[in-house]
Amino acid sequence: MITVKDVEHVAKLARLELTEEEKELYTKQLGDVLKYVDQMNEVDTSNVKPMTQVIDFSNVMREDVPNQEISKEALMANAPEEENGFFKVPKIN
Amino acid sequence: MNELLRKTAAEQSKALKNKEISAVELTNAAFERIDSLEDKIGAFNSLTKETALQTAKKVDEMIASGEDLPLLAGIPLVLKDNMNLVGSKTTASSKILENFVSPFNATVTEKLLNNLVPIVGKANLDEFAMGSSNENSAFNKVHNPWNLNKVPGGSSGGSAASVSSCEATLALGSDTGGSIRLPASFCGIVGMKPTYGRVSRYGLIAFASSLDQIGPFARSVEDAANLLEVISGHDPKDSTSLNLPVEHYSEFLNNDIRGKKVGVIKELLGEGITPDVQKAMDNAIETYKKLGCEIKEISLKNLKYSIGIYYILATAECSSNLARFDGVRYGYRTPNPQNLMEMYTKTRAEGFGPEVKRRIMLGTYALSAGYYDAYYKKAQQMRALVTQEFNEAFKEVDVLISPTCPNTAFDLGAKSSDPLAMYLTDIATISCNLAGLPGISVPAGFDSDGMPIGLQILAPQLQEGRLFNFAYQFEQANDFYTKLANI
Repeated sequence: MITVKDVEHVAKLARLELTEEEKELYTKQLGDVLKYVDQMNEVDTSNVKPMTQVIDFSNVMREDVPNQEISKEALMANAPEEENGFFKVPKIN
Repeated sequence: MNELLRKTAAEQSKALKNKEISAVELTNAAFERIDSLEDKIGAFNSLTKETALQTAKKVDEMIASGEDLPLLAGIPLVLKDNMNLVGSKTTASSKILENFVSPFNATVTEKLLNNLVPIVGKANLDEFAMGSSNENSAFNKVHNPWNLNKVPGGSSGGSAASVSSCEATLALGSDTGGSIRLPASFCGIVGMKPTYGRVSRYGLIAFASSLDQIGPFARSVEDAANLLEVISGHDPKDSTSLNLPVEHYSEFLNNDIRGKKVGVIKELLGEGITPDVQKAMDNAIETYKKLGCEIKEISLKNLKYSIGIYYILATAECSSNLARFDGVRYGYRTPNPQNLMEMYTKTRAEGFGPEVKRRIMLGTYALSAGYYDAYYKKAQQMRALVTQEFNEAFKEVDVLISPTCPNTAFDLGAKSSDPLAMYLTDIATISCNLAGLPGISVPAGFDSDGMPIGLQILAPQLQEGRLFNFAYQFEQANDFYTKLANI
């Protein structure tokens, strides 16, 4: 069963700050969903190969030719904070 | 309103070629319609008037000089607001992208612009395409044009509602677990999800990359077939797009289906299906019999697990895809963060809505140490079994049919507090994405309250032509598609 502690751990992994109410709500809701998902265990899959894609793709290669379809200015226009053409973030600690 | 707006794209194309109306006039008529209805419907996040009118003008110039028009030139179309169009806001109906302006075009957008299809605006959706009712949008609520107290379905609810209410003639949506077919069903129009890889996903904001596909909305099967033709094809920018020639899907519509086999999915009949939807299914079966098809009951034993499989795989993929929204390069950033970690956690807490957070949490949990085998790997194994079962079924029948949804559109707010109840809405649509199949929803009748019912048809991978053929034959044998929302 999923606990508030699990939810806190997962929130940390997912870089999400949760309120106390959210922690309780998600503990219950994720528990409900996982209980439903557990139905899968009725089926024996010990000899089934996990399916990662629906179409048989092999590696797709291309020539390594640089191009610049989007200008640096256009890309930086959406930056929350910018300095001298670089993304600016707060200090790590 | 201009009555031509109620017509199909095929009829509008004729009117343009016959100079009964200019493309600029048709586009302006769509904007007038949008202006008069948007208070009630809420289908749009933004309008792209300038782009649309520029495109329409080019169409008129071609007509004036007697040139042949590309397919669907001049027909007003809406893009779901998770697809990029240069200079437009692309928000995914999320606060975290509220002010994001696209610096590039999605490949589908390029294809539409090349064919001179005027893009009139960006349609509302469930935040990041996560939802079945469109109630998870961070912005407006979308209302069902057939009854404004009901949901339009999700996640492409704005796309469906705009076409259903004749604000536009065509729309694009994206379908990860039913997000095109379900709203098409709830809004009484045609909605189609192509084979995985048929349409490039470049420039579509990713939700679950192994399941996402872009597809058409229209008010007739023929229009949907033509729109798919316009947006399909190989794209070097999407390595999962298939390197196969694009077919002229409209050429399949009139193929003879006598003697073909139609499989009825046993698990999607009877129990759990509302009586009105069951009646519509009975009519669909009768229709195919009259068209000379053989009806065969097909049991898909693993179908009942598909929602569980989906909510592990889709959330695992989304937890990874949405990691990019961190406040560094684009999108919302929390004001005055004290350090980098606080910037991440607060930006994401403030920028994402409750359903998106719930799915990120579930997906992160399923991928985390100690649970990976029990959930993620198990779900991948189950996905293989679901796919095998479809492969077996298609050895016996040409197409499979079922209701698109066990019920019709529900009231706004009816399921928004119970995520699991909302997830179960997708029981009929989800397995198609797991197996990468093409699927379509076509209007198939109305319930006792006059709300539309959808028939879902599924075909083997890359059999879009066959899918449109069976959909068209059903559509033409009935008159449901000619009935429009009275708004």
